[in-house]
Amino acid sequence: MADRAHAEAAHEDHPYGWRRWLFSTNHKDIGTMYLIFAMMGGIVGGLLSMGMRLELMQPGMQIFGNPEVFNVFTTAHGLIMVFFMVMPSTMGGFGNWMVPLMIGAPDMAFPRMNNISFWLIVAAFTLLVTSLFMPGPPGTNGVAGGWTIYAPLSTSGTPGPAMDFAILALHLAGASSILGAINFITTIFNMRAPGMTLHKMPLFVWSVLVTAFLLLLSLPVLAGAITMLLTDRNFGTAFFDAAHGGDPLLWQHLFWFFGHPEVYILIVPGFGIVSQIVSTFSKKPIFGYLGMAYAMVAIGAIGFVVWAHHMYAAGINVNTQAYFVFATMVIAVPTGIKIFSWIATMWGGSLSFRAPMLWALGFIFLFTVGGVTGVVLSNAGVDRSMHDTYYVVAHFHYTMSIGAVFSIFGAWYYWFPKMWGYMYNEALAKLHFWLMFIGANLTFFPQHFLGLAGMPRRYADYPDAFAGWNMVSSIGSFISFAGLLVFLFGILYAFSRKVHAPANPWGVGATTLEWTLPSPPPFHTFETLPRVK
Amino acid sequence: MAMFDRKLMLMGAGAMVLASGPALAGEGQPSPWQMGFQTAATPIMEQITSFHTFVTIIIVLIALFVLGLLVYVMLRFNEKRNPQSSRTTHNTALEIAWTVIPVLILVAIAIPSFRLLFAQYDFPKADLTITATGSQWYWTYEYPDQGITFDSIIVPEAELKPGQPRLLTVDHEVVVPVNKNVIVQVKASDVIHDWAVPSFGIKLDAVPGRLQKTWFRAERTGWFYGQCSELCGRNHAFMPIAIHVVSDEEFADWLAKAKASASRDGASKLAAAQD
Repeated sequence: MADRAHAEAAHEDHPYGWRRWLFSTNHKDIGTMYLIFAMMGGIVGGLLSMGMRLELMQPGMQIFGNPEVFNVFTTAHGLIMVFFMVMPSTMGGFGNWMVPLMIGAPDMAFPRMNNISFWLIVAAFTLLVTSLFMPGPPGTNGVAGGWTIYAPLSTSGTPGPAMDFAILALHLAGASSILGAINFITTIFNMRAPGMTLHKMPLFVWSVLVTAFLLLLSLPVLAGAITMLLTDRNFGTAFFDAAHGGDPLLWQHLFWFFGHPEVYILIVPGFGIVSQIVSTFSKKPIFGYLGMAYAMVAIGAIGFVVWAHHMYAAGINVNTQAYFVFATMVIAVPTGIKIFSWIATMWGGSLSFRAPMLWALGFIFLFTVGGVTGVVLSNAGVDRSMHDTYYVVAHFHYTMSIGAVFSIFGAWYYWFPKMWGYMYNEALAKLHFWLMFIGANLTFFPQHFLGLAGMPRRYADYPDAFAGWNMVSSIGSFISFAGLLVFLFGILYAFSRKVHAPANPWGVGATTLEWTLPSPPPFHTFETLPRVK
Repeated sequence: MAMFDRKLMLMGAGAMVLASGPALAGEGQPSPWQMGFQTAATPIMEQITSFHTFVTIIIVLIALFVLGLLVYVMLRFNEKRNPQSSRTTHNTALEIAWTVIPVLILVAIAIPSFRLLFAQYDFPKADLTITATGSQWYWTYEYPDQGITFDSIIVPEAELKPGQPRLLTVDHEVVVPVNKNVIVQVKASDVIHDWAVPSFGIKLDAVPGRLQKTWFRAERTGWFYGQCSELCGRNHAFMPIAIHVVSDEEFADWLAKAKASASRDGASKLAAAQD
């Protein structure tokens, strides 16, 4: 009798069954759903890239009968990895899980809006996948305009409804992120525990705050631009149609005004994650905390005034190009400060090389490699030769596919014990790391050579001279894929071995509030606010 | 171990780029396992190549420096060798140094960078003007001062003659005289395309409703190829650019033949219209 009353009381404590997930207002559950969703997005996006690398392994067309389908793959790969893998992992997944815990808050400021952010992204993904099966360009299904969907290829060049489905998918994804940004900003500004000033909060929280502002200010411009695309396509407007007084370059300005901050949205949370991991596994506070926080602010702010470095070949005036060269180069300074500060954190520390630290170390070196090729590309004079070649593909895959992805896997292993209450298997985690490290480098380093030699991007077939490095790159992608399989197996392994994790598996270096809670934490946490000294 | 392979590859890449001679770089087209730019055929491309070498040396040194620091830190401060971590979180001199030195490096890069950029837009007096119009999926060339125009369409693999590169060969290529200033006006008829010739250091978008222009002076005779460099639909990879740089005499010959066939075609079109 007492047991039944106890069970009923516990039952009222939080929802069960499908309602727990569909109607969730719990930041941990929503974070979990985002992470599972991002995994699915990553698998689909990864399979698309495997299809492309299989085609590009040899000159000639072996797999794709229609070269336009290859570009449907290119487009879907880009959109899915950006909007349905990286962003849902870093902000939706780790942001939702850890920001309230790190600031000692019981949940996000708007728990119900958090719910709608999640289900909006699911709806968006559904619309995008649907677009793959609708007519797009004449004779092909799906959108084949690249993730940048330049007009007029995306207007008169893609008459079918696939493009409209993709536009609506982006509307929903954008709305999801804007609402999420509002939630994070309000939570971080208003719900920090007593004693936790802005200058005491963990750098991951800073990174989420900066990213939230970038989302809030850049996504509305994307929304406007894709709405203009929709009306050009369906309602007789001519924003991007030169024959009726419009200009294709207007699309590019609007898209890249969003698109450049977007790439910082993709990487800044990773900066925060790396700071947490490096500090923990060096058993040392981050070197130059204020410099690190304000470097992220600077990167975010300057990121808004450099967009036309994506347009050096588009037909903009030489003096305009010169300004954007200058502004883009400036971003290297705060970024360099971060790289050196991470190294200075480790200097004098007591380093342990558990899996999360391997990912962070890989990030620091390889993001530097990706970043410096960005410095090369920022120079319009030499970008003349590199624009739309594989050099650019190499640059952004080093920063994204290695930078952002390594930070995500680092966060996954770092917070795995906390979120699920189990320890992952260290050997499997390290195997995953080495396969991805070798695979990603083998995939993308030769692409610098291909770009310099002149291979254009978004090409399903290429002149025979490019065959050698393409073969190497494709082999690299197979090794990365093996890494992905080890990752997935590692999850199944950990959940079947059920090795229980303590509240703090990482020792004295783990100083943020989430490590004071049990692993996994109870459904509701910090219902009594902690006091921070 | 992979980290040291990384270091070697980077050093190799740097050395290769520096030493890029004909053995490695293509002659007007890429060559197998090429690691650097195609050999420059214009003064602008020479300037691009040397600027790129300069910046690449700098970035390779920076990347190696960061790698070296990381390796040192991993060896010297791992928990076995350094069980007690320090609590140092500040060093003003260091923080100033790693802000100011990158700024100085960027300034050193910016100076030749702006010189290169403005040189690309310093148009000389034209010896010859041509217009390239991008369409889905071929280029149309006009020589407005000479009154000729023709389409330039990719030659399918089955119809290639020996020595003609696959995916780069066209039926009617651009012909220009060597050592002459050629101004190229680029436009498009449908979607955005991009007219690019890597060995000339040229790339510019062909945007419907806009007229862009660039210039080159080819300093060698020969065949020089490029490929469309803005996604334009199904056959984006199959609308190459081919330029045959010839002597003044050969150019005059070609021009005469082209005008004759143009007037022949024009006459037959006129006759057909009058019927």
